[in-house]
Order: sequence, then C-alpha cells, then structure tokens
Amino acid sequence: MIEINGLTKNFTVKDKNGHKAVKTAVDNLNLTVNNGELFGLLGPNGAGKTTLVGMLVGLLRPTAGKILYNGQNLAQHERDVKKIIGIVPQHINFDQDLTVWENMELHGRLHHMPEKQRRERIEELLDYVGLSERRNDNIKALSGGLKRRLLIVRALMHKPQVLFLDEPTVALDPQVRRRIWDLIRVLHKDGVTIVLTTHYIEEAEALCGRVAIMDSGRLVTTGTPEALCRNLGSYAAEWDGENGRQYRFFADMDEAQNFAAVRNGALTRRTNLEDVFIELTGKAMK
Amino acid sequence: MLSDIATAFWRDWLVLRHRLMKFILSRMVAPVLYMVAFGWGLSRSINVSGGSYLDFIVPGILALNSMNISFNSLTPLCTEKVYHKSLEEYLVAPISPAGFITGKILAAVLRGLISSAIIIVLAWCFGAQLTLTPAFVLVLVINCVIFAEAGFCAALLVRNFEDMARVNTYLLLPMSFLCGTFFKTDRLPQLAACVIELLPLTHTAVLLRAISSGESVPWQSVAVLAFYAAVFYAACLYIFKGLKQ
Repeated sequence: MIEINGLTKNFTVKDKNGHKAVKTAVDNLNLTVNNGELFGLLGPNGAGKTTLVGMLVGLLRPTAGKILYNGQNLAQHERDVKKIIGIVPQHINFDQDLTVWENMELHGRLHHMPEKQRRERIEELLDYVGLSERRNDNIKALSGGLKRRLLIVRALMHKPQVLFLDEPTVALDPQVRRRIWDLIRVLHKDGVTIVLTTHYIEEAEALCGRVAIMDSGRLVTTGTPEALCRNLGSYAAEWDGENGRQYRFFADMDEAQNFAAVRNGALTRRTNLEDVFIELTGKAMK
Repeated sequence: MLSDIATAFWRDWLVLRHRLMKFILSRMVAPVLYMVAFGWGLSRSINVSGGSYLDFIVPGILALNSMNISFNSLTPLCTEKVYHKSLEEYLVAPISPAGFITGKILAAVLRGLISSAIIIVLAWCFGAQLTLTPAFVLVLVINCVIFAEAGFCAALLVRNFEDMARVNTYLLLPMSFLCGTFFKTDRLPQLAACVIELLPLTHTAVLLRAISSGESVPWQSVAVLAFYAAVFYAACLYIFKGLKQ
C-alpha cells in the first residue's frame, strides 16, 4: 500500500518581473493506493502529476510530507523501496550510446539481478514486445512506438511490485496504444500495483479501477470512474448555447430527456469521466 | 557498493569499446602536434637545466593530457542529465551514490591512462628520455582521479553543453599552458606564480618531471594532490545527492 501524507513540493521560479518566487507544484496532498490496484492520476497540464510521481519514485525530494510503501518511509528506506518500484517515464530516457540489449542489461545490473536471471528476463521481455531481432540495434534506430514499448518492458525487468506509468501512450498510434493497454491489463492481473498518469481520459476510463483528479497541485477528488460519474449525475444533456457547448447533468434518464425535449438539438447520453474532469477542473485552458 | 561500481564502470567501458579505435587515433593528434611543435621545433633552441626541452615537456604533456581526457570523459553526463535524461535511470535505481561515482571515476581514469600510454610510446618514438616507475603511474592516476571528479561536478552543475565548453575554455585551457607544463612556474610574475602553484596540475607536472628525471619525490605535492582528490570526491557526492532538489 502506498500512503501519501501531507505531501508538498515547492520550486523556486522566476515571476513575471524576473524576481525569485516560490511555486507550489504539489500542495499538502493526502492519498492512499491499495496493493494490486490500477490507479489513475488525472489532471490538466501543470496539475502536478509528474512532480508527484517524481517524489513517489525518489527522483525529487518532497518539501514536506511523507510517503510510505507498506509502512516503510521512502525517505528513510530509499534503496529498499526502490527495489520494489518500476517507472515508465513520460519522456524516452534510454542511454543513447547503448544498444537495445545493453539498455536492458544496464537496468538489470542497476537492480542487482544475477547474470543468468538477467539474460533470461531480457530474452523473455524482448520476445514479448517483438524486439528480439532488434537487440543489437542502437536505441536511436527504433521508432517512437518501439521505444515506448521497450521503455515499459525495461521497467518490468526486475519484476517490480509497484509500477508508475507516466503518460505511457502519449503520441502513439491507436494500434500501439491498444497493445500497451493489453500489457497493462496483464500486469494488473498479475497483481502489480499500477499508478497511471494520463491526459487521455478514455485511457483512465478503460483501465483504472479508481482515479484521482488533481488541479493546481491539489487533490480534487478520488473514486471509481462510475462513482464519480454518479456523483455528478449519471446522465448528461448537451446543447449549443450562446457561450458554446452547454452541459447539464441529471441523476435520472427521464429527467435528462425531459430537459432535452424543450431545447432544440439537445442530446442526452451517459455521463463520462471527461465530463467529471471538466466540471471539477474548469473549462479554461491551464 | 562493489556491484554498483562495476555497473557504472561497465557502462562506460562498453561505450569506450564501441569506439576504441576512434578514441586511440583521436588521442594521438594533440600530443603529436605538441611534440612536433615544442619538441622538434623549439627544443633545438631551448635548453632546460642542462637537459633537452623534449625531455622537459613530455611530463608536462602527460599531465595536461591526462587532465583533459579524464575531465572530458565525464562531461557527457551533462547531456545525459539535461538532454537525454538517461541519468534518471541511475537516480531511480537502488544503487549507492558512492558506488556510481566511483565507477564513473575509474572509467575516466582508464581513459586517461590509455591516452597517457599512447603519449609515452609516442614520446619514446620522438627520442625522449623518460623513466617510468610505479610512483610515476601513481601520480598519473591521482591526476586522472582529481580531474575526473572535477568533470563529474562540472557536468552535473552546468545547465547546457555551451556552459561545459566555457569551463574548458576558461579553466582547463589556461591550466594546460600555465601549470608548469611547458615552462617552469618561476618564469611567471610572482603573484601569478603563487596562484598557479596552488593548482593541482602544477603539482602533477612537478611530480612527473621529478620522478621521470630520477630526482627525489616531492611528497608535499603528493599530499596536495590527495587533498584535492578527497575534496572533489566529497563535492561529487554532495552534488549528485543534490540532484533531487
């Protein structure tokens, strides 16, 4: 179980006048992720998702607060915790001077895997993502989709109990995205705790058992996608109003249909997670 | 910690092995030019302490070359941190920071020593008289360690590759010529000599020259080099751990 208590991260930045200022990227955040859960972290650009993940994996030191993994404080047991976590970062961060195999080998060595186990695991994972034939290629020779697949299996090398996926399908073809979704589902079935940050609401809806919505460094809400939709109103009516597309939410389908009947061109549908996201984080661009 | 040292060293050794021939050939260019220009070209008109100028400058060339090679062996860390972000792979791994730093330094020392071996062979081909002893090699190793550590610190402190080039221009280049490599520091104005004599490269050049000409080892210079190595190692640890801020 991951317990996050009062987590805060401040950065020193320059304000519009060029003076030093403090920016709070994550603000007194409290959250619990249960073992074996597939947990989604949603939020608009700049909400603090990547900063939060950075602190959870030990890349960034929190300004305040605690992170506990199965009761172990990350700050005091950093190396023990790092043994059980894996991270798929948002950006491709392979060693550009090494080949596909060597990058995997480097990861195995950094996690102190014995040589035989390392080799077997690399064979198995490269085979799984169809990269066995490309093992001796320099990393630069791979396409974006292949790099992203390799990024995921590299994080799985040491069989982590907790996996952080930071925007794992950003800028990928739908085919590759679906394949990565399948891989995430297999990992979830195998009992791996997964924390997924994504911009794609449909991705969170398709994969996550529970989601948290962040905005401006704060946690806005948590819950299952179904419960969040229910809280807003399970049915939506939408129509073109004077200020663009308008939405209204209803607990009952009849209520929604009656409302739509008196508005020309209004349609009714089930509420989705994107509606919840927009209602809670606002329509303005961040 | 030993396995972390081995991993960091293994990674840099792999990269070196991929380009070993290119590395060796490129490392021959500068020393050959120094020996042709200063050794052949100038040595006929210069006599230093009764010996040839070529014998005088070879320890200086070794000092400055091992400094440059070991320093620049670790400057790609700047690219790994800023551009490729591949340094994150080490930061999220359960490794000892001291192990990572030590492995990187040892890999840079290896590069510095390969390059020094090339110069020694070239110097013999040019007819230089050079006595190699274990103390000579030890001084070279300490010099490589100091400047590998300095390269490590610089690479993690600078914000881009342009800043890295500035470090080379403003620090390494002047040191290469002024730290007793091509002429004795007593030829400099007194104040400048005082400053230059505090720098580690000056002590390396003095030590290598003394050992190669069979004079007694100035142990105070060894102590100065050991001090620099310890201080820079502490700085490496501090800066590496500070990356999490």
